[in-house]
Amino acid sequence: MNGTNEMTLSFSARSENEAFARIAVAAFVSQLDPTLEELNDLKTAVSEAVTNAIIHGYESDSSCQVTIEARIEGDSVSIAVLDNGRGIEDLELARQPLYTSKPELERSGMGFTIMENFMDHFEVSSRVDGGTRVEMMKRIESKKALYN
Amino acid sequence: MSLQAELEHYRNVLIVRLRGELDHHTADVVRYKMEEALLRGSSDHVILSLKELQFMDSSGLGVILGRYKQVKSKGGKMVVCDVNPSVYRLFELSGLFKILTIHENERTAISSLEVVS
Repeated sequence: MNGTNEMTLSFSARSENEAFARIAVAAFVSQLDPTLEELNDLKTAVSEAVTNAIIHGYESDSSCQVTIEARIEGDSVSIAVLDNGRGIEDLELARQPLYTSKPELERSGMGFTIMENFMDHFEVSSRVDGGTRVEMMKRIESKKALYN
Repeated sequence: MSLQAELEHYRNVLIVRLRGELDHHTADVVRYKMEEALLRGSSDHVILSLKELQFMDSSGLGVILGRYKQVKSKGGKMVVCDVNPSVYRLFELSGLFKILTIHENERTAISSLEVVS
């Protein structure tokens, strides 16, 4: 594939859309011919980021919008998940495995850990009352042979 | 995309078969169904049968941890069986195997619990 291929997706911050978001990204990435495992890693990471935006960013206010920007470049896919919600006060603390700001909701506190482990690159930036942006990148191994 | 939870009481064991996708949206159904079955029924132990679970994220881990605490507080055990590779990775990453025993299938899971009770 020559050049880059991009897509942007915006949807209501409703929990029903978590499945929609990960399936849409999986469909977009399928042109790189990923393995089932790679596809599942991507779906899980997207699911975590979108769920965070809905629960923590927007505190389940479904009038708000979550945005996903995805870009395919060579053998890599970059995915950004954005919200304009309340932001994260202490990023370091939020990234600790098993930490959750909402234990009453039976959150496992594993979201960021999963995104970090399932993707090749992971970055999060956030401003209190200014929203959160999660950026992730994954190389699709099955394409590597063609590019080497 | 949805999730079906099939619950069956077998002796003193609650078998929970999950089919579909377990995320934040579908976790509540699993939570309520299992909570109620554990409160009303006479089961001490739980088997989570995950053969047809196609997707799970950290919200699924949360609901499983929550039920684990519920079962453990009454002195019971929780085990999992038929775990596919992607769910296995999630369990491994989160350290859930330190508290949950894994079995190949429902039959071996049941016999492991019969030794316990």
